[in-house]
Amino acid sequence: MTVLVFVEHAAGEPDELSLQALAFALDFAGGNGVDAVLIGGADAASDLPVGTAHVAELDGGYAPQAWARAIAQLEPSVLVAAGSERGNEVLAHAAVMTGGALAANCVAAAPGDPAEVTRMRWGGSLLEEARIHGPVKLMTVAPHAVAPATAAGDPAVAPFTPELRDEDLVARVVERVDTSTGGLSLAEAPVVVSGGRGVGSPEGFAPLEELAGMLGGVVGCSRAVTMAGWRSHTDQVGQTGTKISPELYIPCGISGATQHMAGCKGAKKLLAINSDPEAPIMATADYAVIGDVAEIVPAITAELRRVSG
Amino acid sequence: MDVLVCVKRVPLTGGKMVLTADERGIETRHLGFTVSPHEECGVEEAVRLVEAHGGSVTVVTLGPPEAEEQLRDALAIGADRAILLETDGSDWDPESTAAALADVIAADAPDLVIFGNESADAGGYQVGIRVAHALGRPCVTGLKALAVEDGQLRGEQESGSARDVYRVPLPAVVTVKEGINLPRYPSVPAKLRARRKPVERREPERRDARLELVRLVVPEGRGRQAEVLGEGPSAAPAVVELFQRLGVA
Repeated sequence: MTVLVFVEHAAGEPDELSLQALAFALDFAGGNGVDAVLIGGADAASDLPVGTAHVAELDGGYAPQAWARAIAQLEPSVLVAAGSERGNEVLAHAAVMTGGALAANCVAAAPGDPAEVTRMRWGGSLLEEARIHGPVKLMTVAPHAVAPATAAGDPAVAPFTPELRDEDLVARVVERVDTSTGGLSLAEAPVVVSGGRGVGSPEGFAPLEELAGMLGGVVGCSRAVTMAGWRSHTDQVGQTGTKISPELYIPCGISGATQHMAGCKGAKKLLAINSDPEAPIMATADYAVIGDVAEIVPAITAELRRVSG
Repeated sequence: MDVLVCVKRVPLTGGKMVLTADERGIETRHLGFTVSPHEECGVEEAVRLVEAHGGSVTVVTLGPPEAEEQLRDALAIGADRAILLETDGSDWDPESTAAALADVIAADAPDLVIFGNESADAGGYQVGIRVAHALGRPCVTGLKALAVEDGQLRGEQESGSARDVYRVPLPAVVTVKEGINLPRYPSVPAKLRARRKPVERREPERRDARLELVRLVVPEGRGRQAEVLGEGPSAAPAVVELFQRLGVA
């Protein structure tokens, strides 16, 4: 059994999530061989800790079905990728092409027939123990479930030209539009101050904006807030919104539904401001202040101004 | 144009998951149900497309008899007809689900099929793509914007601080993400009209699951509560001290 890992890359370097998938694959393979497959990017393959790094030579931008066709031509029996947008998408196509079964967002796995996996449901609020049956097994690895592979290797780099079908290139990226605002993004901000229904109104976010600004952070919100039309979906933290990983997360008036918590599991520290000391978020928060968000947040900004003189 | 949307019935889970005795499902006796979030936006998008271009919206689900509620919700938003692929409520693997849906969709031959990018509960990330292959149609996933012009679909997918643009000919399959639109709340008359719209029921055939659910596990919590810094505005100095300790102020 050789385990094949689809490695995504940018600017000549393998992606962090792909290196996590590679570590997962090395562990799954035990003493068996692990190979990598990349679409372009021989530079990114040069020191991967694998036996062979297959590099598909494909022109043009991202084309999920074409990328999957290239990978499927290597006839893997076990195929692993990152649980990234593209990792999940390419492996779903590859599952059809190889006739395999795909388990998305795995956190652990043991080889065998069937293979045993533990995978995420509900954005990680629930785990599923499952079996993958059949001759071809595909897994994506949940982001940050395992540490990335750090050892360097000296793989045989094997370029190949995949044989594509016409239909493989119908869905492909034809244009890229830059949408960056120049400001700090929710996903990368070191501090995020979020409001939930408990903030009361769109205007109720003004004190949160002020606090976030003073801490060099940005404002987020819960799904209840975006569904009420109070703020844009781009501000939503959660399973179906943005996943954040700030140094400090300050959810204000947010009860802690699983939908929301799936988006802020990456936060290093969590300070909840909530009127309900029994709210589910208290079991996840490191620190809490109990009371009315509309009174507490302005008091915090006033104190910050006072101490900074 | 005729648009077909696939939706999934999922529980409104709130703050805590409790499992059933057989550990193969969530205890839902005290929970409400909803359409999985991405798919809720899928229904809205389908209705908007048909409002703009004419045609019809069909909504399909595979689930227990009670999933009729979610079909009625979609009919109240503006779908014209619904198909329920009725199961006993147990978990269906992605391949079986896709095969059952593909059978129905192939017979219906819509111009566009819309899925959610992934379901809120199982999160398999593959049913839409499997159906696209079964139908021999192109598939674009994770769309945050969608438009139809001259028989072509233009879709935008978020990619970091950029958007990747796709253009594919119809018929096609797409998966959408929440945020592509803000779904409307159905009016009372619309809900009443929805009660009279047709819901066809069919019994799909289930295959042996190659991704077989064994049991569910609730991840261990930390087993401790938050450290309370204070109550009300008087907690402000303790909060600022914490900011300084964490190096954020």
